[in-house]
Parts: sequence; structure tokens; C-alpha cells
Amino acid sequence: MNFMGYMRPDGKVGARNHVAIIPSVVCANDVAQAIVRQVQGTVGYFHHQGCCQLPPDLERVTDTLCGLGCSPNVGAVLVVSLGCEGTDHKRLVETVAKTGKPVKAVNIQELGGASRAIAAGIDAAQELVIRISGLQRQPVNMSNVVMSIKCGASDATSGMASNCVIGYVADKLVDLGATVVFGETTEFIGAEHILARRAATPEVGKRIFEIVERMEMRAKSLGCDMRKGQPTPGNIEGGLSSIEEKSLGAIMKSGSRAIQGVLEYPDMITDQKGLWIKDTPGREPEILTGMACTGAQCMLFSTGRGAPQGFPSMPVIKVCGNPNTYERMQHDMDLNAGVIINGEKSIEQVGEEAFAKLLSVLSGEMTKNEAISYFNSIDIHTLGPVI
Amino acid sequence: MVLNFALKVHDCDNVATVFSNGVEKKASVEVYDKKGNKSVVTVHEPVPFGHKVAVEPIACGARIIKYGEEIGVATQNIDRGDYVHVHNLDSMRGRGDL
Repeated sequence: MNFMGYMRPDGKVGARNHVAIIPSVVCANDVAQAIVRQVQGTVGYFHHQGCCQLPPDLERVTDTLCGLGCSPNVGAVLVVSLGCEGTDHKRLVETVAKTGKPVKAVNIQELGGASRAIAAGIDAAQELVIRISGLQRQPVNMSNVVMSIKCGASDATSGMASNCVIGYVADKLVDLGATVVFGETTEFIGAEHILARRAATPEVGKRIFEIVERMEMRAKSLGCDMRKGQPTPGNIEGGLSSIEEKSLGAIMKSGSRAIQGVLEYPDMITDQKGLWIKDTPGREPEILTGMACTGAQCMLFSTGRGAPQGFPSMPVIKVCGNPNTYERMQHDMDLNAGVIINGEKSIEQVGEEAFAKLLSVLSGEMTKNEAISYFNSIDIHTLGPVI
Repeated sequence: MVLNFALKVHDCDNVATVFSNGVEKKASVEVYDKKGNKSVVTVHEPVPFGHKVAVEPIACGARIIKYGEEIGVATQNIDRGDYVHVHNLDSMRGRGDL
């Protein structure tokens, strides 16, 4: 089975052909935004990191920006650097250059300020867009797909309808030799023992327990016990009887195949296949960035109450489990899985519809959030304090 | 009589989740599996929207299965058609003794 994608010089395959304008630090955002506004075919990542952070976080931010630049949905890169930032903007340029994709950089302090950097950036981005805009899509095997998964603004329908649909697609992709990545470590709490049983090796099972414990320890260092009081009184009123049930509902979106390993937040997929976990928070701006930097060409996103936003370079397909929400928010929701909970269609039928939608989107069809550029609020997940 | 709707997502599950409002005692509920096959269960007590009904008898101490995995243990004998929630299900995690 094939989809229509863009062949990259490093052998990866993109579902989009954007020129990415990457600010190396928050202070370069305004210049990057001006370039993105002016030049067609560009997307920007307006994050808030890159300076006055501890060295491990600065490295994490640089690694994440490298992953975004190397992502196959990006055909060329312009790095917008301030000059004195804490991230390693030179390494960013070098890492992207190694993929064989065109990369350029502008430096605000060297060029003499914002207006000059904007002018130089527009010229550079214009050249990059023209250079890659003639590239044609080619049929490529589905084994080249890296799909990411997430749920947000969930309700009682999510665990039973939309998450089961996404789980169906995840299993189908794994069986086709593709890669599937899911995250949201906080949602493993209470079901990590069940998740660990799906680990391909005992080491991977151990890693699953480790990332859950690490995340809980971070909360404990601020005096919060994330396990206590779960499920919440609101959950119980909604029908959830135990923490296992709550977490399993979330985990259903990963399907049922063996878990091959655990990725750290800035890790990229090189040639790994099958189902993988990435240690991410659940909040959208950070997890979407983490998944795009993995190299995912697409995301299936489950929602019940209606989470509308996407990501600049990674199409996000919204699968809505609640029929009333779908009715009200049709211009933000890509697929109605609410037909499952009113008995009109089975999980497998809607699963096939979701797979067909994924294939169309990978081959160029825009998602609802892509078409209206509802994707600019993004960020990078860091661990330490801002100093 | 209008039948109510419930969903059982895994073949091994012994509970289904009701997605109809106003399911009263003695109401019939159509339970669909993930392929769309149906069976009918008569509930013994009211089951609210989003809550669970047993589709098989579950002995006291046995595992309650949803999503093909255990979500807890039965704290009393549960009959097919019984409402399953915190009154007859105990979490196996976070109890302090596990």
C-alpha cells in the first residue's frame, strides 16, 4: 500500500513540503514571524525557549529544533538567530545540512538589527521556497509513515469511541511495517503495569516504569502526589470506577501491538519501526512539538469536548468521539467517531474511515486546522527553571 | 420498545459501557462489540450514561475486564445485568497494600 509523498535526500519521505523558519531563541520570534507572513510556503515555530536556562535544557532545546528542521515534512530551513542565545544555532544549521536539504541562516545582531534581518530573511526564504516548490509527490510505501498519537479535551466518549478508532489505525499501520509513536506519560499512571506487559523486551518494560516514576518524582518535588485522589470525584460521577480504567481508556489509542522502546523528548526516529513511546507531557503545545521533532508526518488526535489546534508542519487529524461536539464544531473536527456511541457504525468501520482519511492527508489533503492556520501556539518542553 | 445502547470494545470484556440516557431498572440494552455484533442485556438497576453494566456473571474476587484488561476486582458476586461501579469494584492499584 502506498501514499503520495516527497522524497528527501536522506531517504525520508515527507507528507508536506514546507520551508521551516526556525527561531533559535524566543528573542528572534518577531523577525521570524515577519518572514513567515511575507513568504508563501513557509511555516514558523514560535517557541519561548533558548536562553537563560540550565545547560541540559539548552541542549534539549537545540536537539528539538534540530529534529524539527530534519523532519521530512520540511523541505528546506531558514534559521533565524539572535547571536547571543544559549542554544547552539551553529549545530542546528550543521545538523539540518547533514540531511542534504537546503539550509540558510540570518543573524539579527550581525546584520544590524530587526529590519535588516527581516529583509535578509525574506530574500533567503524566497530563494528556498522557489528552490523546493517544484518538487513532485511520488508513490511511496506505507512503511515510510511515522504517525503520532494524542488525545486532548477528552470526555466520557474518548476512551470508548475515538481512542479505540485510533488504536485500530495504529495496529493497522504497525502491521504494514510503519512506525507509530504515542506519549503522554502522565496518562500511564495506574496502568503502567499493563502497558509494561506489552513491552517487546523486559528492558523496555523497565523503562516504562522508570519514565512514569521520573514524571511522578518531578511532581513530588513540588509537593504534589499525582496518584492521590484518582480517579477524581468528577471521573467517578462520569462512570470511571478506578485509576486503571481511566488510564486504560487513554492508552487504548496506542492499539494493542508490542512496544519496541522508549524515546526521550527530543529524539528523532531514524529507522525504527513498530510502536514506540515518547516521554512527553500531555499539554498540546509541547507534545505536538515533541512528536513533530520525532519526524512524524502526521498525527491522529482524539477529542471529546473539542480540541481545535494543530501544528505548523505536521497535519493533525481530529477524531471526535462525541457526536454533539462534532455537530457543533464541524469546522475544527476532521472525523466523526461519535457515530460509534449512538450505534450507527462499529469501531472497525470508523477505524477504516480514519485510515482512509490518514492516507488522504498524508498524500496532500489539508486538515481543518491546517486550512485555517490554527497552529501557531507551540512550545518546547523543558525541565529546569528559567534563570 | 426503544432499546438502549451500550458498547463492549474487547471480546474478553465482562462489562459494557452504556451510552444512553435514562436506562432504568428492567430496561433492555443492546450491547455492540467492535465489529457491530449485538446482544441484549436486561439491567437490574438504573445505569447512568457512561457507566458500566455486567455482560457476564463475575464472582466475588474475580477480575473485572474492560478494554481486554483488568480495571479492578469484584467485591461481591455480580450478575449479568448488574450495574458495575465503585460499590462493587475495587481498584487493584493505589490501595496502599499493593
